Amino acid sequence: MVNFAGIAEPGSTKNYKTGTWRTYRPVVDFDKCIGCAKCWEYCPEGCIIELEVDGKEVYETDLDYCKGCGICSEECPVGAIEMELEEED
Amino acid sequence: MALEEEEYFESGHRACAGCGLALGARLAMKATGEDAIATCSTGCLEVVSSPYPESSWEIPWIHSLFENSAALGSGIEAGLKAQGNDHTKVVAQGGDGGTVDIGIRSLSGMLERNHDVTYVCYDNEAYMNTGIQRSGSTPYDASTTTSPPGTESYGNENRKKDALEIAAAHGISYVASASIAFPSDLVDKVKKANEINGATYVQIHTPCPTGWGYEGKETIEIARLAVETGLWVLYGKKDGEIQNINKLNDRKPVEEYLKKQKRFKHLFKKEDGSKELEKIQNIADRNAEKFSLDK
Repeated sequence: MVNFAGIAEPGSTKNYKTGTWRTYRPVVDFDKCIGCAKCWEYCPEGCIIELEVDGKEVYETDLDYCKGCGICSEECPVGAIEMELEEED
Repeated sequence: MALEEEEYFESGHRACAGCGLALGARLAMKATGEDAIATCSTGCLEVVSSPYPESSWEIPWIHSLFENSAALGSGIEAGLKAQGNDHTKVVAQGGDGGTVDIGIRSLSGMLERNHDVTYVCYDNEAYMNTGIQRSGSTPYDASTTTSPPGTESYGNENRKKDALEIAAAHGISYVASASIAFPSDLVDKVKKANEINGATYVQIHTPCPTGWGYEGKETIEIARLAVETGLWVLYGKKDGEIQNINKLNDRKPVEEYLKKQKRFKHLFKKEDGSKELEKIQNIADRNAEKFSLDK
């Protein structure tokens, strides 16, 4: 059996948190969110999470991976996602 | 959610913020599913998804050379057949440079021999990974580092190569064009390609904020405008018959697409730029005529 040097664990880029690249953070207004999943469909990172808030299906960003591109905010049909400048705590 | 929830192209990849290619791969893999082997030519997709010792892929994935993603896919398919495996899908992937220029010979061989492989070309219209050099898929008049506009030049002087027609001319049973702005259509087309027993070719238009010069948040809007202006036509071709054309109610002038990108900004500044814009409008008009795009 040849042990190829390039073998990697499946999906292991998840160990690397690209969220540190971000300048703007998406903030979802759950009252406005209609749960259409457009943000999830269009996210190049695949880092949008479905969750339930007050019995309603909504979507939120996994900030560990979000690079802050802002596609979700642009494509949200009800304007529920604002991009806010990241600031040091 | 209308699309497959499972991810096979994972977060943590190193693509630029707003990368169209990353979204294209994520969607194509949703259509491909778990029981599959993917190959990938050299290029952005390979670089961003395989920073050693990590991988973004949840399925077996193999990096080929620039020129032989299709040959590698052909070999894997033949190997699976020899093992009696008739269920595992093979997806060969490449960028536009790896597909329409450097890899066209191995692609042609794969299509000619009709291997049961789905070839997916992610078309960002230049060699982005090496520094935005023009490819055969770069559109007319686009500025790249090897097709700069100047006193005697309006940018890329050649037409965009029609790789879909080249693939179809091999007599394979399915070719399709797709766009990341239309995810369900994209997933349907890759699924259909995967279901067909034989070689199939899908080319996905994947705008690139870095190479085309626009903000990452505009990637989907720009992909949509390419379709709405008729510069990128969404269609499938099954056994030689054109089908599923995305007809346009109100085709937009090409300027609406071009003016948003730095790679075309010289057309709006240079003297006689309007003549060039007319030529690009003619390309869209010819597409509209060929595919009866206008409703």
